[in-house]
Amino acid sequence: MLSVQDLKIYFIGDRSVARALDGASYEVRTGETVCLVGESGCGKTVSALAILGIVPQPPGKVMGGKVLLDGQNLLDLDEEEMQQVRGKRIAMVFQEPMTSLNPVFTIEDQISEAIMVHEKAGANEIRKRCIQLLRDVGIPSPEERLKDYPHQLSGGQRQRVMIAMALACNPDVMIADEPTTALDVTVQAQILRLFQELQQTKRMSLLYITHDLGVVANIADRIYVMYAGIIVEQGDTSHIFQDSRHPYTQGLLASLPSRTKRGGALHSIPGLVPDPSDKPLGCPFHPRCSFAVKSCKIKFPEMYDYGEGHVSRCPVLYNKK
Amino acid sequence: MQSVIGWIKAVDGVDLTIHQGKTLGLVGESGCGKSTIGRLILKLLEPDEGRVMYHGQDMSGLSDEAMKPLRKEMQIIFQDPYGSLNPRMTVGQSIEEGLRTVGMKGHGERKKKVAHLLEMVRLRPEAAAFYPHQFSGGQRQRIGIARALGVDPSLIICDEPVSALDVSIQSQIINLLKELQNQLGLSYLFISHDLNVVGYLSDTIAVMYLGHIMEYAPAEVFYDNPLHPYTLALLSAIPSSEPGDRHTLPSLAGDVPSPFNPPPGCKFQGRCPLVEDRCRKEEISLYPVRAEHLVRCWKVIGD
Repeated sequence: MLSVQDLKIYFIGDRSVARALDGASYEVRTGETVCLVGESGCGKTVSALAILGIVPQPPGKVMGGKVLLDGQNLLDLDEEEMQQVRGKRIAMVFQEPMTSLNPVFTIEDQISEAIMVHEKAGANEIRKRCIQLLRDVGIPSPEERLKDYPHQLSGGQRQRVMIAMALACNPDVMIADEPTTALDVTVQAQILRLFQELQQTKRMSLLYITHDLGVVANIADRIYVMYAGIIVEQGDTSHIFQDSRHPYTQGLLASLPSRTKRGGALHSIPGLVPDPSDKPLGCPFHPRCSFAVKSCKIKFPEMYDYGEGHVSRCPVLYNKK
Repeated sequence: MQSVIGWIKAVDGVDLTIHQGKTLGLVGESGCGKSTIGRLILKLLEPDEGRVMYHGQDMSGLSDEAMKPLRKEMQIIFQDPYGSLNPRMTVGQSIEEGLRTVGMKGHGERKKKVAHLLEMVRLRPEAAAFYPHQFSGGQRQRIGIARALGVDPSLIICDEPVSALDVSIQSQIINLLKELQNQLGLSYLFISHDLNVVGYLSDTIAVMYLGHIMEYAPAEVFYDNPLHPYTLALLSAIPSSEPGDRHTLPSLAGDVPSPFNPPPGCKFQGRCPLVEDRCRKEEISLYPVRAEHLVRCWKVIGD
């Protein structure tokens, strides 16, 4: 369905080049939920922007790679062609619904705009579609909500409206970038359940970007773990959570606080995420890795295959096997 | 001209005790009043009713002057340390400012203390010469902690101190807070919406909803035998990092009601799956179900 291949995006400044995405490859198959996990600055959002062709250029620059949607390279399309893809075939939901909704237009204005960009339909027809969309995303009394402005809705409802807009043209792929990060836990649980239901009823592919491993465990079919602009490990949810073969993934999982870990010191990964304009040579994780050997400092690690789609970029753990 | 259009009861009849050297975790969703409690304790806000006692002394009547020595005892660290550090002052100047207000006069003495504080939070003493923007989020939080420690407090209000940090950095700060507590005998009021973090750090946990404490219990009891329906909903809403638990995401319908216009009776009644007639009419107080375990729920208490 959607496949990103060896994508490289650099941000070019006056004095430095930030290698935000350094050859990342991943794919989302039809009807699948794929999670892209990583900490801030690892390149997960940039790669989503690149899929939609909305990386600010300059300073951003696509240095190589492909974004294939059903075999067609989206990076080759011009702006007009890309507009036919955005919203219609691939739609996106952002973290902060308040900043992505226009405060001076009603909910109806904004959802119908999403429909009218791609389709010709009568006013009545559009209104019906809006109401149905709001109903699909679980907004109570949708007829009345149509007249509301964004500030009249709660955070959870705003995010539902964003999802309704993304669904407006029945996209094949939905990209959700940290859609529940700004929400309270009980509301987050509602929105996650909504994503699961929608995906099952609409047979949509979902690319879900988050830093929250708890969320990932709950919704993902497959997971890609990102670090410093590259994919370091990928596999089914059970591979990543129960049988991780990369020191970074293992460290992240061990760092999660929980009440069962009370008393003992919490595992922590020493040091900081590297500056994207000054990445270490060799494996980008080696300065923070307790398994690092001499070759990690020089040689960029290959992907090592553990079978069933479980792949990890760490030669040291692979050779220990 | 200003006109009063309504009152918000941000915090309503809350009783909490923080013991020396222990951590009280205060959990709740946004707008439940948990940060307000932190500010009331510090007397940054005055309660309309009720008292804040510190070592047996009632602070509510104290003048600013009389509060001064007590301010030394209590410090706060915030979610976003960048917002609480002056961008035009070096880290050293920021930390020194706190020392000066508590009367540390000698310049050399202050410099030495700054270096010592930075070491306590695992930063190099040279960090004093840099500006806040030159540090990462985790490092800035360490600076916020160093600044709070400067006046040798015994209580630190931690208001969502790790919520903005990445997982790998979050655990560094949690470990640091824990070490400092053991080393210095600090008491923490740990305010957070994250039950995983609170469960890891706290000795006692209080759950707030719309200005009320709903349940209050020692950490073990809280997780092994939670009783309030809201606590149960919160606990089951935490996305578990065990993939086996998937598809069991519960949903608590609706949103937190506006504090301008709270419902009558139990504050949780509009979203409670167990709600019955009485909950909609009669207010309920926090009731001890056994020693140190208090719950505010008609269904749990029965008659």
